[in-house]
Amino acid sequence: MELYRFTLTEIAKKIKNKEVTIHEVLDSVFSRIEEVEPQIAAYITLMRKEAYERADYLQKKLDQGEDIGVLGGVPIAIKDNICTSGVKTTCASRMLENFVPVYDATVIKNLEEAGAIFIGKTNMDEFAMGSSTESSYMKKTKNPWDLEKVPGGSSGGSAAAIASDMAFAALGSDTGGSIRQPASYCSVVGLKPTYGLVSRFGLIAFASSLDQIGPFAKTVEDTALMLNVIAGHDKKDTTSAPIEKKDYTKALQNTVKGLTIGIPTEFVKEGIHEDVKQAYDQAIETFKDLGATIKEIQLDYIKYSLATYYIIATAEASSNLGRYDGIRYGHRASDFKDIDDLYCKSRSEGFGAEVKRRIMLGTYVLSAGYYDAYYKRAQQVRTLIIENFKKAFETCDVILMPTAPKTAFRFGEKTENPLEMYLEDIYTVPVNIAGLPAISIPGGFDHEGMPIGIQLIGNAFGEETLLQIAYTFEQNTNYHERKPNKI
Amino acid sequence: MREDYEVIIGLEVHAELATHTKIYCNCTTEFGSDPNTHCCPICTGMPGTLPVLNEKVVEYAVKAGLATNCEIARFSKQDRKNYFYPDLPKAYQISQYDLPLCKDGHMDVTVEGKQGNYKKRIGITRIHIEEDAAKLIHDAYTGDTLVDMNRCAVPLIEIVSEPDMRSAEEAVAYMQTLKSILEYLEVSDCKMQEGSLRCDVNLSVRKKGETKFGTRTETKNLNSFRAIYNLIEFEANRQIEELEKGGVIYQETRRFDDVKGIGYAMRSKEDANDYRYFPEPDLAPIVLSEEYIADIQNHLPEMPHIKKERYVQMYELPEYDAEQLTNSKKIANFFEETITHWNNPKAIANWIMGDIFRKLNEAEIEIDACPIKPKDMAKLVELLDKGVISSKIAKQVFEEMFESGKSPEKIVEEKGLVQISDESAIKEIVTKVVENNPQSVVDYKAGKDRALGFLVGQVMKETKGKANPKMVNEMLLEILNQS
Repeated sequence: MELYRFTLTEIAKKIKNKEVTIHEVLDSVFSRIEEVEPQIAAYITLMRKEAYERADYLQKKLDQGEDIGVLGGVPIAIKDNICTSGVKTTCASRMLENFVPVYDATVIKNLEEAGAIFIGKTNMDEFAMGSSTESSYMKKTKNPWDLEKVPGGSSGGSAAAIASDMAFAALGSDTGGSIRQPASYCSVVGLKPTYGLVSRFGLIAFASSLDQIGPFAKTVEDTALMLNVIAGHDKKDTTSAPIEKKDYTKALQNTVKGLTIGIPTEFVKEGIHEDVKQAYDQAIETFKDLGATIKEIQLDYIKYSLATYYIIATAEASSNLGRYDGIRYGHRASDFKDIDDLYCKSRSEGFGAEVKRRIMLGTYVLSAGYYDAYYKRAQQVRTLIIENFKKAFETCDVILMPTAPKTAFRFGEKTENPLEMYLEDIYTVPVNIAGLPAISIPGGFDHEGMPIGIQLIGNAFGEETLLQIAYTFEQNTNYHERKPNKI
Repeated sequence: MREDYEVIIGLEVHAELATHTKIYCNCTTEFGSDPNTHCCPICTGMPGTLPVLNEKVVEYAVKAGLATNCEIARFSKQDRKNYFYPDLPKAYQISQYDLPLCKDGHMDVTVEGKQGNYKKRIGITRIHIEEDAAKLIHDAYTGDTLVDMNRCAVPLIEIVSEPDMRSAEEAVAYMQTLKSILEYLEVSDCKMQEGSLRCDVNLSVRKKGETKFGTRTETKNLNSFRAIYNLIEFEANRQIEELEKGGVIYQETRRFDDVKGIGYAMRSKEDANDYRYFPEPDLAPIVLSEEYIADIQNHLPEMPHIKKERYVQMYELPEYDAEQLTNSKKIANFFEETITHWNNPKAIANWIMGDIFRKLNEAEIEIDACPIKPKDMAKLVELLDKGVISSKIAKQVFEEMFESGKSPEKIVEEKGLVQISDESAIKEIVTKVVENNPQSVVDYKAGKDRALGFLVGQVMKETKGKANPKMVNEMLLEILNQS
């Protein structure tokens, strides 16, 4: 088997046992990239030179008998909104087309300490705003399962890279579903951790109270390993939770006996594709067969999630993106008459349509006279949604939902109608609103063979239960084994 | 100002806090370094960075709140104030909007009114923490505007008063009291010249007897007591004249040129920013425990008005002296240290308020830069009190001390200025003087008292002022009355 086909856990073991050299692993991954990247276009920047230099360094350490970390020598891809010192971090925006950060995000430091090798920065929707990666200024990433279709978004590049074996794991960010939805579209595992479990320091902010970095991987086990490395309190992020490090791989037990899975039947009724519904019902059956207790739950306010989300997320975004003014870094218009003109032209040229739309929405909802009706109201509803989930978790251990109501769509299909695009996030957004952890795992295929993801939502900091249930599902199904045959 | 009008003044004071590091990162707050040497990805608002609140900032703000009788919020939060300006790298300032750290306080101030001094209580609406902006430097030569990030995110407190002041004197008294309290707390350098203490003046006028407030203007960034005083006089008169002409006052932001003595409008309220305040999602709310607040309360230093009372009681100083000495903590510290070395508070107070203040003014320096140290000041008074030197010589020594920074003993010794108190030595000179001035003796005997003064003067001349004047007087009288 080609080395790039292995899982993270497998390849890390092979490197450690010196069955393969890190150089060989890199060769395999880069030849795979050469082979499929021209079709997929998952990467904005490839870090070939840096990767090989680091491979030499790590191999030398390993050969001297030193421990090179749990991810020692494993090629990892990074979403292009996570700052990497000395390497372009563009947010797939013209605004930051040539932006090179002077510091590393905390997660980058964590991964580096664990021995990871960064091989590239992945494509995304501009500033993580979108559900298809189509709003990228850089390129159009294709779904490895059907090159005519989107990979999902906003972390579409990371999901497509894993699905096409162009990396063993990747980092993404999830503000309203940006890890889980592309994971679902591409049939990989994507985890959005509890808000505060992973440091946001160095993640270029979209919506600060919703953003969370998380891993993409080929298996639940690999996902747990990645989480081990990136989770933990960070003094540089006061919203990161002061909790002790855990070994999430310990949670990987093949059983769901004694666990209760909540099913929000009412919520998963309308607007859902038949095939997705079928896969969802099948997942419920699978869990039932495995001995889990299935319980119907009520989430009365969850239907307001999308509206709440598009107020809070855009409000925060309108403020977070103010700094891109053409003064200190980023795109600056070449010709302007005064300071206001400089701002106006630089931002008009630097941002794409979706980003502008959200900045305008956010500016509007925070404006004097509208604040109470929108932003304040949304915060109140947010509290209700949080309470809703809290109550639900009194009666169940996890909640099972589809990740997205439909499977991957064709390019351009929803770009004309942003609202329809926003509806793709209907099942993922409530999780961010409530700050909860959730994982999307391969859960079936539609009649065209496009992947369907199922989503497990956990209680705050309940990643262990989440991973255990996901792992059990994976061990007892074979959806994750199927690979895209178009590439 | 016309007698039939009343002026209504409220002040918004910004004080830079004297923390070592900035409010959300570890950069130093040091003033006067090369541009852009005290900044990092956080305070320059690079993408992806996050703020971490400096706890000292909260402590200092709570101190200021407690010292001004504010209620301290057990729960407060920080908010973003959004606007575009090149001195604001994140395009928002982290401030506090609806839940400030401190609110509903007051200060009692002594106003030097035109008809004499009086006391007045001025309400404090709120005190909140926020970050300072960067400094823009306009290069007149190239026409470029440059940004210096050193000041960016230096912590500030904004102290907002109630519209309780009715004259320039009251506003200045409020500012002076506030400055002195902040200095006492050591939470701010309060260097108005450097801009670490500056003030915005909100001002409106109305006919006396009117209960509704008039439209107010806000004049930004005044950084001396004089400028505040002059601006208030200017702006009150401007508004009154405008109203008398039948004009209207516009709610606007203004600037004041203290050199020219004129104010002008910067922007009107119509094109004012909508700051779109909302809670800062990158920072957790500030939750303070009872113990935390009590601990700060228990460690507050003695406040100026308490110190003043103590000076009156303990050192029997006149109220005026006590006020002068306690206005500034540095002066009070100087005074208190001096009297530990030589216990003559009244004399020492006189030296400080007289000669020291005069010399400091001439040299345009503050007392902490005074070349005369408290120990030496005490020594000088001691030498005088013990009769080692005369008061005339003391003045001479004082000048020398201020010039050279030398100790008084050293100066006295070097220049041979020790007072002659040796009875035989003085007697010799006195006898000589009496012998050489027979006419004066005759005059004295004839009842001309002035002759005695002349003879004393002659003795002092002979001794270059070093003879103990009391002894000279006694001995002369003795001889004259004998003969």
